[in-house]
Amino acid sequence: MEKQTLIEMFRIMVRIREFESEAIELAKRNETRAAVHTYIGQEAIAAGVCAHMSNQDLITSTHRGHGHCIAKGADLERMFGELLGRDGGYCKGKGGSMHIADLSTGNLGANGIVGGGIPLAVGAALSLKISKSKNYVVSFFGDGATNQGSFHESLNLASIWALPVIFICENNEYAISTNVSKSINIENISERATAYGILGKSVDGNNVVSVYDDMQMAVEHVQSGKGPVLLEMKTYRIKGHYFGDNQNYRTREEVDLWKQKDPINTCETKLQNDYGLSSEIISKIKKEETKKVLDASTRAKLMSEPEIDDLTEDLYDLSFHNIKWISLQK
Amino acid sequence: MREAINEALHIAFNSDENIFMIGEDIATYGGQLRCSYGLVERFGPERVRDTPISEMAIVGAGVGAAIAGKRPIVELSYIDFLGSCFDQVLNQAAKIRYMYGGYVNVPLVIRTQCGAGLGNAAQHSQSLEAILAHIPGIRVVIPSNAYDAKGLLLHAIRDNNPVVFIEHKALYKKKCHVPEDPYEIDYTSDIKRKGDDVTIITYSAMVDRSLQAAEQLNSEFGIDAEVIDVRVLEPLDLQPLIGSAQKTGRVVIVHEACKKGGFGGELAAQIQEHVFDRLKGPILRVAAPDVPVPFADNLERQYVPDISKIIEAVTEVMNFHRSEV
Repeated sequence: MEKQTLIEMFRIMVRIREFESEAIELAKRNETRAAVHTYIGQEAIAAGVCAHMSNQDLITSTHRGHGHCIAKGADLERMFGELLGRDGGYCKGKGGSMHIADLSTGNLGANGIVGGGIPLAVGAALSLKISKSKNYVVSFFGDGATNQGSFHESLNLASIWALPVIFICENNEYAISTNVSKSINIENISERATAYGILGKSVDGNNVVSVYDDMQMAVEHVQSGKGPVLLEMKTYRIKGHYFGDNQNYRTREEVDLWKQKDPINTCETKLQNDYGLSSEIISKIKKEETKKVLDASTRAKLMSEPEIDDLTEDLYDLSFHNIKWISLQK
Repeated sequence: MREAINEALHIAFNSDENIFMIGEDIATYGGQLRCSYGLVERFGPERVRDTPISEMAIVGAGVGAAIAGKRPIVELSYIDFLGSCFDQVLNQAAKIRYMYGGYVNVPLVIRTQCGAGLGNAAQHSQSLEAILAHIPGIRVVIPSNAYDAKGLLLHAIRDNNPVVFIEHKALYKKKCHVPEDPYEIDYTSDIKRKGDDVTIITYSAMVDRSLQAAEQLNSEFGIDAEVIDVRVLEPLDLQPLIGSAQKTGRVVIVHEACKKGGFGGELAAQIQEHVFDRLKGPILRVAAPDVPVPFADNLERQYVPDISKIIEAVTEVMNFHRSEV
């Protein structure tokens, strides 16, 4: 692992953590009406996966999508603008927290329907394959989504067509309140890959180095035309399902245990011990990211609300694609 | 109509490499709808792909490919199978553009088959266009003849929005003159027969029946009916309907879908909002009864609106007299 790569991933993880912390603050102060589903505790996954990706590599994301969006390079101000329901937000205030898309960074969009984005990723991968592109698609989803029919249909379809798509299951142990042990009767979700004849692997999702390395393997696999990969990232949702969740379904001890495996702390320790990064540089990175996030939040608050007339705009594209129909050869 | 759709598909594939098609049995078999024959031989298996029986993944893959810049055509063998893929239609295809602030287009065409009449019973015979037309964000095109089908399909393929293109199974074998060269038909209503006494508004397989009813009304009752084929439910070309209703003052709406919550209710509501003071009677709907499509021949024939029911409704509205208030 290159030192600079790890530092960059660390920076992204901190950025995500700071963004989510600020999002919670906005929710506490009633400045956003969005249900804030935070990514806190899972940052290593988005950072480690997206570190491999260019803007031409595509992702589909979930209701817990801020981390993916940021790791893909999104503009924080426009993200906050969307959370605040402002016209300068990523969706002009029409989507909110769960529905941010940013085609410029290859983010095909977050999705409020659990498992809803997985078939979209398969279609995007099909489009790349037909175009003979070397790019690939990553579909992020949670453990809950692997019990949806869309997951199973999609893995099968991607498998038979050997599509360049990497399915990233973020197993954070909970589908809202339901522990994965109550909804899935196998030890590792990655085993589900076997049923579709594709490569599957479980990964320590709280260790950004493991995530990065296994993603590297997955990228090489899909790019060599061997078909899709399912990576199960084992992680934990440190905060509630959304801000305001009473979390009566788990114990404080359980949460505390996972806090000891905090992906940012783990990475920080590694940077200090294995790469000799000084605590001054680490705190400098943290300060820079905090400032970046808070500045973006402050600027987003200055954005205007959407115009009322905008309510009925953007539903349809009224223009038609320019295709010149060619008569069939007789 | 089958040949016209096939010809439109060949033209489309021949004209733009971004167009491709996925669906069950569409390649060598030529489709359960028998509309895609010859495509795989001509354009290859990369662009004409048989799929497993996975409607959610098929439609979802269409949506995803459309977002990623292609212009996919998805064949859904029967509109009844909407039940297996509705999330991708309702929450993905229809929502994406608006939800993402107008920055993401979904140029997808879902071709599918509707309708009763061939003994396919409850799960392969429905007319579900009203469910689709109710959802903002989806175009709904439902042609009544081969000529329109070709022109509307090519238009739909150039549309940058998701389109559900609904082909009535009883129309596949119906023939009419179709030019070989490409042409398009805009999203407009079509006045099929001029008349002054009553307006019959209809679409899909009911257009022919309405025209036959109109001829009979003329020869037997001296009633001159105007017949309008709506052709496209979203965007609805309302002006010809309003104009005709203003002229005749009497409106009968005919569709094969069951009456409750059918698109006829929407048409009636919109028309009366514009021409209430010109109406000489209630707007009547001729539709199937509110039951699933039955199998037995005699029951199915009773289920699908026929000429006599159209004539009955027209004579009822012609004979309507307002009671003194």
